[in-house]
Amino acid sequence: MKLEKKDILGIQDLSVGEINLILATAESFLEISTREIKKVPTLRGKTVINLFFEASTRTRTSFEIAGKRLSADTINISASTSSVVKGETLIDTARNLEAMNPDVIVIRHSAAGAPRLLASLIRQSIINAGDGAHEHPSQALLDMMTIKEKKGAIAGLKVAIIGDIAHSRVARSNIYGLTKMGASVALAGPATMMPRDIEQMGITVHNKMEEAISNADVVMMLRIQLERQKQNIFPSLREYSQHYCLNRRNIALAKKDAIVMHPGPINRGVEISPDIADDPDRSVILDQVNKGVAVRMALLYLLTGGSQ
Amino acid sequence: MGEKKSFKTVMDRDGIDRCLTRIAYEILEKNKGMDDLVLVGIRTGGVFLAERLKKKISGIEGGDISLGILDVTLYRDDISTSYKKQHPGKTDITFSLDGKKVVLVDDVLFTGRTIRAAMDALIDFGRPKMIQLAVLIDRGHRELPIRADFVGKNLPSSLWEAVTVNLVEKNGIDEVIIVEDAK
Repeated sequence: MKLEKKDILGIQDLSVGEINLILATAESFLEISTREIKKVPTLRGKTVINLFFEASTRTRTSFEIAGKRLSADTINISASTSSVVKGETLIDTARNLEAMNPDVIVIRHSAAGAPRLLASLIRQSIINAGDGAHEHPSQALLDMMTIKEKKGAIAGLKVAIIGDIAHSRVARSNIYGLTKMGASVALAGPATMMPRDIEQMGITVHNKMEEAISNADVVMMLRIQLERQKQNIFPSLREYSQHYCLNRRNIALAKKDAIVMHPGPINRGVEISPDIADDPDRSVILDQVNKGVAVRMALLYLLTGGSQ
Repeated sequence: MGEKKSFKTVMDRDGIDRCLTRIAYEILEKNKGMDDLVLVGIRTGGVFLAERLKKKISGIEGGDISLGILDVTLYRDDISTSYKKQHPGKTDITFSLDGKKVVLVDDVLFTGRTIRAAMDALIDFGRPKMIQLAVLIDRGHRELPIRADFVGKNLPSSLWEAVTVNLVEKNGIDEVIIVEDAK
């Protein structure tokens, strides 16, 4: 089977078959990262540009490592060191990069839809590494891969997603993905952080965190974006954490074998208490990071012509 | 598809079994026993043959011999050109290859490109003392300077024929067939 897509712009565009193809391919790539020589020659001679207009450690490093483990040449451009500071527009930057003939451009941008705009203008493959509050498909794929590994399957699970849903591209991509794969999703967060009419995505919405977590197989905590406090979306961190911090007490409401996920970076003591984040029986936060490299290898491989 | 393809059986269950028995003895003879010897099967057909060889060698010498599984998809030279591609499966070699005598096992030796890819992959895993090649069928038409150390059967074939090794483990039957006019 081959991925009949030029770009990966969001989970919304992917079919269940395509998600399964990506996850199965990623499974095969996991082992490469455990070798002494962590490199295969598959994408030798291919060029991958990581074009990051927003800060990132995990995602950018993960894409860079993924490209390098497949022997692609990876080039990182961050907005602060690019001609963006000289006033070049996104489209001009992209056209110039296109002229250098890369094979894949991985882009992160604060504007929702920026990757789709580029994809429509240039002939190379575009991977969305996060656009505004819209989508973060590789994160949702690595989350689904982690869930699948820990729980055997995604269909039939109850997944609770807690926190600032409105500003979270991770939440949006995961809602698309998890509901497509047959899981039921329960959200909880302050009313100011809950998008209007989000129920239309086929999920349940709760005001109290405890209701969403109750009987869940997976609890996914979102990072509280500290920069949002200036916008008066929540009164204080202390008050937020009193209601929406995952701790020993409220995790007991979830299933006994429930796993705890977080896309990182975590604010210890704000949305998740340190003992839960570090609990080896529950927390799969570092598993998620580990799977991230394999998922991104799979995306690069499938977009550059590989199949399964 | 849909057209009638004629095929003929060139080896049956007993034939395959006898070939593997002979190859097992030849491997032991050439390597003077099984010290430092490991088997690596190439996905997918080679893996089942390697498992059978492992059983036979252990049966002859006693003791256990390590078996690894190698997927060469990521080492192929036709990733972005070929339309007929394989599933990139998992590689599973849990032991060190340093200083080992590695016997690569595959079902059909044809152009030699799979073996080239397999040798590149093995060398990424360590520095074997020696790499040998065992195949059930050698059908000729090499495109690279590669030959097998242990051959079940030489089967000169035309490029218009396909040689297929079916094994109980994946196809439910042990047989080697030639399908004519396969294009």
